[in-house]
Amino acid sequence: MITAGIDLGAKFVKVLFLKDDEVLARTQERAGFEPAEAAKRAFAAALSESGLTENDLDAICATGAGRQVSPFTRESITEVGAAARGTTYLHPSVRTVIDVGGEEGRAVKCGDTGKVEDFAVNEQCAAGAGSFTETIARALEVPLEEFGKLSLKSTKTIPMNAQCAVFAESEVVSLMHAKTPKEDISRAVHDAIASRIISMVRRVGISNEVALIGGVAYNPGFVDALERGMETKVVVPEHPEYVGALGAALTARERSK
Amino acid sequence: MAEDKKEFWRWKEYNWHDDTKDWKSAETITAGVDVGSVSSQAVIMLDGELYAYSNMRTGSDSPDSARKAMDWALEGTGLTLEGIHFIVGTGYGRVNVPFSNRAITEIACHARGGNMMYGNTVRTILDMGGQDCKAILCDERGKVSNFLMNDKCAAGTGRGMEVFADLLAVPIEEVGELSLDVEEEPPPVSSTCVVFAKSEATSLLRDGWSKKRVLAAYCSAMALRVVGLLERIGVEKDFAITGGIAKNSGVVIRLERQLGLKALQSKYDTQIAGALGAALFAKTLVEKKRKQAV
Amino acid sequence: MKANYGYMDGSGEYYITIDTDPCNDCADHPCVSACPVGMFEIIVDDYDDEVAAIKEENRKKVKYDCAPCKPVTDRPPLPCVKACPADAITHSW
Ligand code: SF4
Ligand code: SF4
Repeated sequence: MITAGIDLGAKFVKVLFLKDDEVLARTQERAGFEPAEAAKRAFAAALSESGLTENDLDAICATGAGRQVSPFTRESITEVGAAARGTTYLHPSVRTVIDVGGEEGRAVKCGDTGKVEDFAVNEQCAAGAGSFTETIARALEVPLEEFGKLSLKSTKTIPMNAQCAVFAESEVVSLMHAKTPKEDISRAVHDAIASRIISMVRRVGISNEVALIGGVAYNPGFVDALERGMETKVVVPEHPEYVGALGAALTARERSK
Repeated sequence: MAEDKKEFWRWKEYNWHDDTKDWKSAETITAGVDVGSVSSQAVIMLDGELYAYSNMRTGSDSPDSARKAMDWALEGTGLTLEGIHFIVGTGYGRVNVPFSNRAITEIACHARGGNMMYGNTVRTILDMGGQDCKAILCDERGKVSNFLMNDKCAAGTGRGMEVFADLLAVPIEEVGELSLDVEEEPPPVSSTCVVFAKSEATSLLRDGWSKKRVLAAYCSAMALRVVGLLERIGVEKDFAITGGIAKNSGVVIRLERQLGLKALQSKYDTQIAGALGAALFAKTLVEKKRKQAV
Repeated sequence: MKANYGYMDGSGEYYITIDTDPCNDCADHPCVSACPVGMFEIIVDDYDDEVAAIKEENRKKVKYDCAPCKPVTDRPPLPCVKACPADAITHSW
């Protein structure tokens, strides 16, 4: 059986084709203002990457904030459900999934079959999501990828007072004027966002292994801040940004059985 | 080029004093200094009447800003700092006003100042400052009965408006009027968060919206947001708005529309409410002190 | 006076309200030691009442600081609310 998962996130639309345990295609497109159009483009790209035609697909399932507008399918699963399903498929011993995207952060506690037991969401505030690091990296004029790595070089913990991405930007500017090293600022920023995510994780409880998914998982500074803050290792699956799409593809398969 | 990039959010600083009054014949001279995170004001009162004030940007150093605001209010009056009998500091930098005799929170000072500026029928005072927003319920003596403050989030503060003025390259003083110059009221920007609202605005512009329309959508979102805050304390008549945003007709008119309530007008400058209240507290305190001394 | 400490941001409204009139009559202020995070302090307010308040450093992050007391499911009574003999403390979330 071949199934497809479409994850219509706030910033990117991701498509994943799955056959048994093999991923046939992974593609993504910027969501822009027309997520449905972006989904069509990502889908077409996945078809050409895998050499399949639409008829080869047995089932399709959508997830993500824009799942209601998804073309191709009416089947859908919540982001929380897809995150839990996808993560436990890749790492069966994980019970706590942290999903941080550009515009929201989530913590999901799941059972051994990947069923959601509890979850907490922080959305609509950039201070608790990936946008926070982007805003600050821009203010510091450091490329985002480097900004995360910079944090690992820091040896000093300085507190950030602002709890808002906008106010934090001004705070960072004054730290720069005060000649604070960029790596220490980077660490302060990552610690700040991590502490907000961790408090959310604690509300669902930390049990067994913890995984981090979503685009922010590529940021080593953030992973490090999470691990230090929770005093536990954090598993980062391969292709962390596609875990939601994978969860959707798995759901499509299970539902059509 | 970065150097000649205009800073559209900058507003003008000013000072004023009443030439018709003579401080030499005053029995009690008091002052209030409100050191906010964005702007600082100093107010000088002669026997409980407004005599002089200043309004300027807060620098990086609170004591220094307090001093400068005070000096500027004194400018041209012939009066000196030593000639003032009692000074109350307020605002976020209130504990850093070196020459003050006491610090009182801006909430209490706003209520007290509002009571004088708008008369004692005022019950709800909304203060929209540069980096915060306060909602205050008070009684006929200007005593606070319920208050809340929002200084965590830039949405609903002057800072949020500055971000938009900058994005659209519109001088901050013109935002209000421009936003009202639309044929039809657009729906409010849907994101509360300034960061997300900014990307929303960028896409609206790309969709062909005019700057005015985007400003209208943001002013209306801001009004909506502030209504949410006010609902928490419960709005009672009469209602007044102070702080920098009181000068932004685009937000004020929409706010009045949403509340179904007109804001009181005052002959005083709305930005000095906190400092004025502080000067009034100073008067009470100095009189109390004198009584105790007798 | 109703003193609301906390904030509202894009994600919601988070206020801890202290009713200062009954609070002023409370002798021991047990809320101070009840809070595991130590968020409460006793202050003399602008009207010279001795009342409990949320510390400045906690006001902008009450949502995060209170998180351990507020698990998503099976939320127990909040320690601060339970400790207050005057029912002067309420949380908006
Ligand atoms: S606190 Fe800042 S980042 Fe959070 S919603 Fe408000 S403006 Fe956005
Ligand atoms: S809920 Fe818990 S952490 Fe929050 S104020 Fe009350 S006792 Fe303190």
